[in-house]
Amino acid sequence: METFVPPVPSRINYINAQYGLKSWLLTKDHKRIALLYLGSISFFFFIGGLYAMAIRLELLTPQADLLQSTTYNKVFTQHGIIMVFFFLIPSIPATLGNFLVPMMIGAKDLAFPRINLLSWYIYMLGGIVTIYALLAGGVDTGWTFYTPFSTTFSNSYVVATGLGIFINGFSSILTGLNFIVTIHTMRAPGMTWFRLPLFIWAHYATSLIMILGTPVIAITILLLAFERVAHIGIFDPAVGGDPVLFQHLFWFYSHPAVYIMVLPGMGIISELIANFSRKNIFGYSFVAFSSLAIAVFGFLVWGHHLFVASQSVYAGMIFSFLSFAVAIPSAIKVFNWTATLYKASISYDTPMLYALGFIGLFTIGGMTGLFLAALAVDVHLSDTYFVVAHFHYIMVGGTLLAYLGGLHYWWPKITGRMYPEGWGRFSALVVFIGFNLTFLPQFILGYMGMPRRYHVYPAEFQVLHVLSTAGASILGVGLLIPLFYLMWSMRYGKVAPGNPWHLPGLEWRTQSPPPTENFDYTPVVTWEAYEFAPPEETEVVGKFHDKVPEKA
Amino acid sequence: MQTSWIPFVPPSASTLSGKVDALYFYLSGVTIFFTLLISGVLIFFVIKYRRRNPYEIPRPVAGSIKLETLWSVIPFIIAMTMFAWGAQIFFEQSRPPSNAVEVYVVGKQWMWKIQHTTGQREINELHVPVGRRIKLVMGTEDVIHDFFIPAFRIKADVVPGRYTTLWFEATKAGRYHLFCAEYCGMNHSGMIGSVVAMEPKDFDEWLSGSSSQQSPAVAGQQIYETLGCASCHGPAGEGRRGPALVGVFAKQVFLNNGQSIKADEAYIRESIVNPQAKLVAGFGPIMPTFQGQVSEEQLMQILAFIKSLQVQTPGPVMAASPVPTPSGVPSAAPAASSTPRTGP
Repeated sequence: METFVPPVPSRINYINAQYGLKSWLLTKDHKRIALLYLGSISFFFFIGGLYAMAIRLELLTPQADLLQSTTYNKVFTQHGIIMVFFFLIPSIPATLGNFLVPMMIGAKDLAFPRINLLSWYIYMLGGIVTIYALLAGGVDTGWTFYTPFSTTFSNSYVVATGLGIFINGFSSILTGLNFIVTIHTMRAPGMTWFRLPLFIWAHYATSLIMILGTPVIAITILLLAFERVAHIGIFDPAVGGDPVLFQHLFWFYSHPAVYIMVLPGMGIISELIANFSRKNIFGYSFVAFSSLAIAVFGFLVWGHHLFVASQSVYAGMIFSFLSFAVAIPSAIKVFNWTATLYKASISYDTPMLYALGFIGLFTIGGMTGLFLAALAVDVHLSDTYFVVAHFHYIMVGGTLLAYLGGLHYWWPKITGRMYPEGWGRFSALVVFIGFNLTFLPQFILGYMGMPRRYHVYPAEFQVLHVLSTAGASILGVGLLIPLFYLMWSMRYGKVAPGNPWHLPGLEWRTQSPPPTENFDYTPVVTWEAYEFAPPEETEVVGKFHDKVPEKA
Repeated sequence: MQTSWIPFVPPSASTLSGKVDALYFYLSGVTIFFTLLISGVLIFFVIKYRRRNPYEIPRPVAGSIKLETLWSVIPFIIAMTMFAWGAQIFFEQSRPPSNAVEVYVVGKQWMWKIQHTTGQREINELHVPVGRRIKLVMGTEDVIHDFFIPAFRIKADVVPGRYTTLWFEATKAGRYHLFCAEYCGMNHSGMIGSVVAMEPKDFDEWLSGSSSQQSPAVAGQQIYETLGCASCHGPAGEGRRGPALVGVFAKQVFLNNGQSIKADEAYIRESIVNPQAKLVAGFGPIMPTFQGQVSEEQLMQILAFIKSLQVQTPGPVMAASPVPTPSGVPSAAPAASSTPRTGP
């Protein structure tokens, strides 16, 4: 660790630099905005989690006892809308991304600090409109808003909810724009593209999807509102529209949106795997470019949501082929993460436990995606619990675990305090066990034929539903524990040094919490990403491996 | 309900279900193997290379283009076997055989209305004989529904404004689940029923036992007359100011924009609800729309009537036994029952 320079101790940091509500609500500091986002997405996550518990409790029995059909339909719809649009999509980019993108590249802030703040206000406005729609009566279309049910038949607050999502989309676009410009123009001297931490590459790819994809969902919601309010025939065949057109437009955004959720998670995992095993990531450029490949190919597979929706047989085949192809870059990442651990020095700290859990769960999520990409099997599985289990493995097992891992990893940097390690490891284990018990039975339910969005179901499915609800309760407890100890640690946790994990990354070369300008002086980067040991010590293992680059 | 002898697998009761299961087991085998392999290697590394003292710094390991290529190409090849196998079964699944017996299905919030070509109507139940190919022609009166029979491993959305089809051949008698698999509003989870597969002789008994009703083709003929279609298309569909309907089904039709189209269910439906969309060559845009005047069920009955106009002497045909006839030779047969009236 010869290159490590201890930061000049300084008591002024971004948190205590200014006081008062106004200093937070009018801040242009990316770190403070990240904390504003952290508070708001945690709130929405909590609401979405309550809906999830209501769903699982209702499904304990085959009859409708806790919730009746109208309520149940609203509950699963609102669970999906809150979790997807107001938690998962902004989760990692808007909090950890906002905090760390400038710090990791050695910049003082994002390129457009005011736009960054604006994006939070837009997010909040979208959130408030959506919360209003939920309180006013809710929405019962499913988060997918399929037409003509949503445009003609539903009596719920479709337009108000749609407006909330529409507004929220702009915050996503602005965040993506800000990241791209920042990464292009504000890298510190010496921070070349191939010295960037993989977290940055992942956020760059995510930002591309945010900018290119989000306008499509905005247009789609607008068209939906036109038809619902003004009866202009776009999607309802009774007025001359095409209901399947909606599905094409919706999934053209919403499939890439899955990669908005999971790519930043993959970025975090690359950081955790490398840093907690003190190794340079295996196949850096393959991991970096696989993010871009996922972003590009992700736009070409939306039709796999329409295999049974009266799409042409040949379109189905093309989308099936492309869906199998998009699995390869994800597989490359998993193999490279695993290879990184070879001959490493692996610690079992909480963030690493989350990272290892992520690899396991993401592998299962990805593998089950192959079932859904295979046409004939998807015909049987689509709209069953298999699909529900699959996307929860990606979104919860993937994104949420990465988010929690990242939050623990950077918690000392963000708050200046350590979280309690014992509790951290314990809750990571509880989350992992609870998650698997919740969603593994749902794969089986799906193949047995249990359709999704049913609150009344044949009795033969009950045992697996009870298991799933039991798992969800464990998962719920596992998620509440960090909520308590993280809040506790902000005040009572051990004071964190600038570099508690002894890592070479730029964000660790300044004090914790960082000063408002992030660094006391502009850093000059003279090392590669994850350079724990000098490159000339590089080992060539077996005949497979590349030659060590000659020292310049 | 029937259950399966394999745990966690629904009963397998169609010619297709075994094929889907075989692919499913292949997928399960391959993915479980690789998941265990990756987790095994991961756990092995995590234990073997655990940090033994807080100061150790491992040597960096060089990357490997060869390994990267290997673990990109091998998964890709395996994925392609899955793709090809899935596509092959899907292709078979999507092509109803020509000798299949048709059954008409209409979904509406929240029930399935079913009519056999022989006239029997059912609600939320579908009786079918074992060993005979059945083709479902499906429409909906309101939102999107989805006809899902887990035991046959098939499902298809039922989409407003178009017809979709499903086909199957049951192999085992029994009572199986029927679910609506596309969320369709309040009582979605109540839109369920059963498919009853019966031995052919039991099925024939069931057919004769249930109160026989008017066949869809006869009902369609009556609607044809009531709506005044006969005034332009001729009482027997022989064609007057409007194009002839005899023998038109499943044939190529030349349009006035120079193109041609196959007169399938979708085209005939469109020509009733939106007649100006694709006009037959040589005919003017004089037909009014019947959108909103005929229900989905009535549309299907008119369709059944038009399909029945295949034989030399037009009129309703009871059994769906298509006799190949020379097409395009509409015989001026005696009019059926009503006198031509002016259209609406």
